[in-house]
Parts: sequence; structure tokens; C-alpha cells
Amino acid sequence: MPDVVVIGAGMIGAACAYYAAREGLSVTLVDRGAVAAGTTGSGEGNILVSDKEPGPELDLAMLSCRLWTELASEARELGGFEYEPKGGLVVAENDEVLRALAELAGHQEKSGVVTRAVAADELADYEPHLAPGFAGGVFYPQDAQVQPMLAAARLARRRPSVTLRTGTEVTGLLTERGRVTGVRTDAGDIPAGAVVNAGGTWGGEIAALAGVDLPIMPRRGFILVTEPLTGLPSHDASGAPGSSVGSGPLVRHKVYTAAYVTNVASDSAGLETSAVVEATQAGTVLIGASRERVGFDRTVSLPVLARLARQAVGLFPALADVRAIRAYCGFRPYCPDHLPVIGADPRVPGLYHACGHEGAGIGLAPVTGLLIAQLITGAAPELDPAPFRPDRFAEAAA
Amino acid sequence: MTAHDTPTPDAGGDGVGERAVGRYDLVIVGAGPAGLAAAGVAARAGLRVAVLDAGARIGGQYFRQLPEGFRAARPGALHHGFSRFVRLRDALGDADILLGHRVWAVERGPGGGFAVHCLEGREERARTVAAARLLIATGAHDRVLPFPGWDLPGVMTAGAAQALLKGNLVMAGRRVVVAGTGPFLLPVATSLAAAGATVAGVFEAGGRFALAPQALARPGKAAEALAYGYRLARHRVPYKGGRAVVAAHGDGELTHVTVAKVDADWRPYRGGQETIECDTLAVGYGFVPQLDLPAQLGCETSRDAAGGPVARVDRHMRTSVAGVYAAGETTGVGGADLAELEGVIAGRAVVADALGTPVAGDPADPRTEARRRRLAGFARALLRAYPVGDGWTSWLHDDTLICRCEEVPYGRVKEARDLGAADARSIKLLARPGMGWCQGRICGEAVARLAGEDPAPPRRPIAQPVSLGDLAAMDGRDEWKET
Repeated sequence: MPDVVVIGAGMIGAACAYYAAREGLSVTLVDRGAVAAGTTGSGEGNILVSDKEPGPELDLAMLSCRLWTELASEARELGGFEYEPKGGLVVAENDEVLRALAELAGHQEKSGVVTRAVAADELADYEPHLAPGFAGGVFYPQDAQVQPMLAAARLARRRPSVTLRTGTEVTGLLTERGRVTGVRTDAGDIPAGAVVNAGGTWGGEIAALAGVDLPIMPRRGFILVTEPLTGLPSHDASGAPGSSVGSGPLVRHKVYTAAYVTNVASDSAGLETSAVVEATQAGTVLIGASRERVGFDRTVSLPVLARLARQAVGLFPALADVRAIRAYCGFRPYCPDHLPVIGADPRVPGLYHACGHEGAGIGLAPVTGLLIAQLITGAAPELDPAPFRPDRFAEAAA
Repeated sequence: MTAHDTPTPDAGGDGVGERAVGRYDLVIVGAGPAGLAAAGVAARAGLRVAVLDAGARIGGQYFRQLPEGFRAARPGALHHGFSRFVRLRDALGDADILLGHRVWAVERGPGGGFAVHCLEGREERARTVAAARLLIATGAHDRVLPFPGWDLPGVMTAGAAQALLKGNLVMAGRRVVVAGTGPFLLPVATSLAAAGATVAGVFEAGGRFALAPQALARPGKAAEALAYGYRLARHRVPYKGGRAVVAAHGDGELTHVTVAKVDADWRPYRGGQETIECDTLAVGYGFVPQLDLPAQLGCETSRDAAGGPVARVDRHMRTSVAGVYAAGETTGVGGADLAELEGVIAGRAVVADALGTPVAGDPADPRTEARRRRLAGFARALLRAYPVGDGWTSWLHDDTLICRCEEVPYGRVKEARDLGAADARSIKLLARPGMGWCQGRICGEAVARLAGEDPAPPRRPIAQPVSLGDLAAMDGRDEWKET
């Protein structure tokens, strides 16, 4: 009998399993599909601090950033999951936006974020192919990127005390006198000391199995992928302006406009896009991602792809001649207050939640896994998890 | 030829289309037997019809290539196929034929109707064709199974070998091995031999006479089979069953292949191997329907007798999406006769639906329907007679490429499985097969089979590479707005 069953073998579940195992617990990680088959396999692999306003989520992100660095350095070859501390460049369309961006950066600095103001005439040092006319920007050297599917798969496999069971669907929870004592699956019961709900966008369904409400909803995003371009993305961890302006990769950092930050925090159900453009180690350029609340609808939306393309070309005019060869969509798990759910569920002893990270799940996975492991073992959590407690929505409704 | 390069449907003409402004009553994607037959039916009934095709000529694969399988014209009787082609071509009426149009996306409008987004010509000019109704007749492509050496120059699909022949790149003087499974191998071999190539052998991985019971039930097909046998014998081409090309060899280009005796699951017997010198290998494991466009529109699919996805249609060739029809290999690989018949049925259904007349009875009258059932039944029997054996996976080595676009060897696929990739999609996510240029059209089936599953319907929101500039230009367009 494992100490812990983690439901969901996406990035969050893999991180929970990894950190729980590191604390000495035995873990069974179950998923109805394959590893990284849900939202993890539909994203870009963002590890961002730049897009977060000061507050509990930024605190999470700062700690998680550090954990990612540790995870990557633990193994050779960038952790085996293409970890790249490439930095993010946020650009402002005009002086007014630039002032707001600089103000945000000032607040972020107080939370430990490293920021570097970039004047209009310095932008080309960072991104030689950036369109002219931007008023300036802020460079965030801590922004990073991983290949999220590999990261989830490798973390799930890194500790021998983690047993991965794919193709195993949880159909119910085992309970004893109101306490969760394991999971019921289509392949038999798995008793355990604790159960972690890392069901991502489907985390609400897992919670419902325990008879509790967790208001997690899907927010759809499309990502465009270009043909592979020659040359690999730069590995410029310091973000120091390169000397080879005009040569090298078309896109060197994560680049987006300041409008992105307002979109991330927006409550609008309608379509919002502000393209984040970046190169990958496979040579492709990723352009993501839109935000729409349309349920679990996978129907292709060309207007969304067209908008993303226009914004990407607006940032990098040279992309106009580059061909898109693929597009995919996924569903971010969002909560009404845009904060994840991390912690023990006081309504159901033995059940822990680790879901609802919206578009930040890859970045916030390590810290989520660490906090869950500390809560299960009774260790003092490294960061106050109160803002993420699972029963906060009931209070809000009451 | 009734090809009009610049279609100008009456702007504002109400015609049959409900509220058409510069849009066709029917746009057909694919100018093969199904598409041409449907176009003729619809155009003669007075609908404004456009036929789009990526090729430079109408006819599709079938009329470009030599007769296909037992369901084709008699060997040597090219004139028979040509006369059918002429008949279809001459019946097109004033349908607009838009050649060199690669469709990269189809879109359903908010109030009905469809936008068909194309790239035109070598310069890939972006162009959108509007349609009240859409018929998808995009045919099928070769099923590819990887094996050691399959990426060597000189190795090609059976379909590609036929296309090369028809393109007058004659094989004369070359030494060719034909291998794979299914009846298509025979016309490929006979036409290669007739073109002057030395066919060193035809190796059918299944049973040599797998088709016999079905063919005997249809005397015409039995006669065709006999005729192929006669022609192979005349060219002294050995035709052996239970044998597969399990490896191709050569330093930079193909020089020889390893042929193995295989069991019913295609697993090689010990010691039953021979080496055959050749400079060309034509290998065919059947065909896979092109489902990109129906999938984009959300059309439901079903499974064919071999487990592969096909567009689900009713007996009038309507898909599950209102206004979208499918005919030909899109609804299941069945050959040119069935495709043409389905095109006729679809054309009639479109006409009835467009005119608001009841479709019952006429579009699929009992005789047509009976004929379709017979042909479809034969196609199903073929699929069952020539299944792909699971044993092909035992031909793979760790360094055998599975995906050529992303250069993914079999060893990386196995590694992904060990990491927890329990299905085809997560193998793709972890090891990248199918993420490159062809988007899995070549390796998709192999990856699915390696994951132990039947191939899923494709998910390709962008069916052909399109420049970001062209895509960006679509932002904010108002083509759905009433003008």
C-alpha cells in the first residue's frame, strides 16, 4: 500500500509524486490516459515571473523558479527536459503602456523579481528582429522554458519509490468514517494514506467524487507552431546583449507585449489574445496563446489563429514569410479568483488538492509538489498556503 | 477541357444558394472520380459548382495513375479507364475547375455555409472560396510502415511508383522489387514490367490467394486476377505470398533488400531469408483516407474493417455536419468504381438538399444503393483479406527511423513508452514523431500501431503549411457578414 496516491500524471501530479517521494513517501501516480496527456501536453512550457502581479501567486512563482533551477541541475542535459533560462522580454506599444509596465516591474522587484528596463533603442540588442516602434520594455532574466511533456515524464520517473500507472481511471474514492483512504479505479482499489487530486482541468470531477465542490473551469488556448527555422535558440542566460546582432535565431527570448499581463488576469469570457513568441530547441517558433472560455470545445477557430499570427508578425515582421505547420489547443484549469488550489481539504480528511493553476501550471508545479509533500508529512510549509486553500470558494459564496 | 481559371459566380445572384454573394452552391474538394462525378450531377442540375484540386490536372490519383487493384480497369486496357475519364470530364458542364489549389483549412460560417481556404499555385497565393455546401472527396494516401532502410533513396511507396510511371519517368532498365500487401501490388508490378523494368519479384506479406474467395464471388474480378497472373508470368515475374521485405540496404542508395518468409502475423521465420539485388523498391501496405478536412469541421468518423478511421456518412453521403458531404476513399478505401458511384449519390443528395426537394427515393434509388452495397462489401472483404500483421514491428531496429521529418528512431519511441507514453499522442509529445512537416501523415499509423491502438482521426487545424503573413491577413475579415 503506497503512502500516497496522486491522481493525474500531468506536470503537477508528477511534481507532487516527485517531492512526496523525496520526503521518503511511497507514491502511486495514476492517470486515466498517458503521462502528460492533458493540459501539460497542450501548452508551451512557460516558467514565468514576468506576467504576475505582486501577491501570493508571484510568491509561489519565485520559489518555483528556484526549484526548477535545482531540478534541472540535478540531472545532466538541462534536466532531460530542455530547461532554458532564456529570459522574457515584455515590450510596450507606447509611452503610457511603458510607464505602467515600469511601475509593475518596480512592484515586482519588491517580491524578488529581477527586472531590467530596456530603452527603445536597446530593444534590438535583445531581439534584433523585433519590429521598430516600440516605446521600450522590461527584461526579466528569470523567465524560463521547459519541454513540459518531457519534464512531467522525467520527474515522474526520477524517484524509484514512485509507481506510475497509466490507463487507470479513478472511478471513486475509498473512505472510512469520512476519511479518504485510497482510490477506486477501473483496475481495482488502491488503498493509501493520502490522496492528492492533481486532475488539472478535470480536478473538479475528482473533487466531486469526494462530494466536495471545486470550481475549476476550462479556459481554452490555441498555440501556433511554425516550420523549423535554421539555427538553435540562444542560450543567453544572462540576457546580456549579444554581439551578433542580425545573425542567430529569429527569436531569442520569450517576447510578448504588455497587454498580455492584463489578459492573464482578465475575467472576460470572450476571446483574448496577446501572442507570446518564442523559439524552441526543435527549431520551431511557438506562438501562444489565446484565452477563451468556451467549455471543452476543440473545434478549430481560424479567427483565433489569425489573431495570434497577426500579433506575432506585429512583433517580428520577418515571421510573415515563415509558415505555420501546426496548431493545437488545450484547456487551462482556472478558478474564479485565478489562483490555484493547493492544500488539504478540511471537508474531507486525507484528500489534498493540487490543481487549478490556469496557464501557470508548468511554472508552479515544483512549488505545488513541495508544498503538498510538506503538508502530507506535517513539515512546516516553505510558504504560507492559506491563499490557495480548497474551501475558500465556499466562504466567498456564503 | 472545361477548366475556367477565374470563376466569377454572379455577385448578388440568388440562384439556388440561399443568400449567396459570390459563393458557390457546392464546392468539391478533390477532382478524382468521386469529385468529378458529383460535380457533373450537380452542375447539370443547375447548381453553381467549383471543384478544387491540388494537382495540375483533373483526375486525381486514379486517372493519373494506371488502373488500381482488382477494382480497376482490365490490365492493358488503358483506353477503358480513359474513356471513363472522358465521360466524367465531359459531363462537368459549367462547373468551375480550380486546379493547383491546396486547401489548408475549411471553416463553417456562423449562419451556415463554408469558407474553403486555399493556397493557389506555386506562389501559394492565399485565396478563400465560399460555398453553401461542401463535398469532401480528398481520396487516400499510401499507408507507410517503417522498416530498416526504408528511408534510402530508391525506396518508394507503391502509389508513388505508379505516379512516377504515369508521369513518364519510365522505369526502363531498372531492377525493381514490389512488396507489401494487397491487390494493388499486382497492377504496380505489371505496369512496371510493361514499362521495361525488370521486376525481380512481387512479395505479398499475406497469403498469395487471400483474395481468391472474394474474387471468385465476382467473376469480373476473378478474370482480372487471372489476367494479372498471366501478365506477371509473361514477364517472368515471381509472385510469392507469405514473404516480406524486412530490410532495405545500400550505401547512400538502395542496392538490395532482405526478403523473409513470414508467418500469418508477419513475424519472420528463422532462416527463411534471401537477399535480392535491386535499385528500386516499391512497397505498398494499402491506403489511408485523407480526413483532415472532415476532422476540421467536426464530422463524425467510424472505423473501417481494418480499424482505421473513415468519415461517417448516411446513405446519401451526408456527414454528421449539416451541409457537408463526403464521397470516395474519404468514406472508406474502396476504389474508383465505388468512389464514382458515391460521387453520383452525393451529387444527387446535394441537388435535392439545395432545391429543397425530398431526397428520399431518388438520390439513392434501390439499384444504385444495391450496387453501392455490393462494391462496398467487396472493399470490406479486401480489407479483411489483406490485414496488416502486427509482426512488422519485429522488423524494426532501435536505429530504424519511425518519423523522417523529425528523425525519430524506434529507440526513442521505446524510450517514450518507458517514460509512460501509453498512447500514440503522448509518444508524439515525448519523442516528436509526427510533429514535422507531414504532421504524421507518413508515420501516424505506425506510431499508433506501436502504441497498440488503432489510428485516431487526424487533428490538423492547419492541413497545409501556410505563411503567418497570410494567416495574419485573415484577422478581422468580415466574410461572414451580410453585405
